Amino acid sequence: MAEAFKFELVSPERLLVSEQVESVVIPGAEGEMTVMAHHAPVMTTIKPGVVTVKAASGGEERYVVFGGFADIVPAGCTLLAESAVAVKDVDRADLARRIQEAKEDAADAKDDQARSKAEQFLSQLTTLEGAILPA
Amino acid sequence: MPSLKDLRNRIASVKATQKITKAMQMVAAAKLRRAQEAAEAARPYSERMGSVLANITQAIGGGGDAPALMTGTGKDDVHLLVVCTAERGLCGGFNSQIARLARDHIRKLLADGKQVKIICVGKKGFDILRRDYASMIIDRVDLREVKTLRFVNADAIAKKVIHLFNEGGFDICTLFYSQFKSVISQIPTAQQIIPAGVASAPAEAVDGGNAVYEYEPEPGEILSDLIPRNISVQVFRALLENAAGEMGAKMSAMDNATRNAGEMINKLSITYNRQRQAQITKELIEIISGAEAL
Repeated sequence: MAEAFKFELVSPERLLVSEQVESVVIPGAEGEMTVMAHHAPVMTTIKPGVVTVKAASGGEERYVVFGGFADIVPAGCTLLAESAVAVKDVDRADLARRIQEAKEDAADAKDDQARSKAEQFLSQLTTLEGAILPA
Repeated sequence: MPSLKDLRNRIASVKATQKITKAMQMVAAAKLRRAQEAAEAARPYSERMGSVLANITQAIGGGGDAPALMTGTGKDDVHLLVVCTAERGLCGGFNSQIARLARDHIRKLLADGKQVKIICVGKKGFDILRRDYASMIIDRVDLREVKTLRFVNADAIAKKVIHLFNEGGFDICTLFYSQFKSVISQIPTAQQIIPAGVASAPAEAVDGGNAVYEYEPEPGEILSDLIPRNISVQVFRALLENAAGEMGAKMSAMDNATRNAGEMINKLSITYNRQRQAQITKELIEIISGAEAL
């Protein structure tokens, strides 16, 4: 039994999770990482993906986040998500709309840098879609 | 002298008005509670955001790689004012207070020879400012269709502002909104959001500030992602405070209206009763004097 630490998942509209957890998997901008108690202080941006929370009381919750930040200190971890929903509540239409928007962004991009950024975002979104929707 | 029938109609119509204002007050009270809850739910995010921001600016130490959104363009010639007001009236001096603050600000800027651009959020502010400064209003955001404010609404406004900034449309951006203090007191506030004044955040707000952070990707890169988001958060907070303030103002305005209607009904009923009595007396006198004449 691993040691528990405090995890908070906050979206601009509300505080989604605030509890003692055993581990959290965060889709960091430069790769996924699992955070456990006494993690070295890290601050990272996150990409659209799934956050898996393993509660100290057992049980596992999964949330879909669309970009944001994670602030990790030894005593806890705070995830500031641009928008976050539990996987079971994901609105497929909303996801499809985001993908559509990302496609349009990629098509409208003015320079190469913007285009590669938009395409990267698009691919992250489609990966996410594949990960959460049972094919 | 109005007839008895006129008075009766008057009383009936004031009573109907009182019922409406009473209902509006209760609706405002219910909405106020919801708006307050929304504002409270949003607070953790903006607080954490503040501490993260303070932390990271400390790490950068005001170095040269801070994004322009934070340091500004180095000039202050063109000012952008984002004026957030309500979509509906009937809320006392709420909208005009915000508009007055904005107008004073505009006048001062114009006197200093600055150029002013305005973005109106909400219909009422647009209506007021249009009278004097129609040529300066470059955009307006309509939130009338929006039932519950969501972060995307604020985000859209913030994106507009940032886009304009990146095109060199302005140097300094100030947000006007009403701070919700209590049901009876809302304070119109001007807050500068670009360049962001977060660098002076108090050191004790930084949780575990002495720990050495690792940044992924580089602090500058995180910051350039964080600052636009912070602007969205500020706009979102302003909109939420406004929503709560509007409902508070509406509640007290409608409470006043209900009380006034009550007073008016009292006065009218006294006049009505007195006149009725006068008529009865008059009829009695006629009968008695008729009988005496026989």
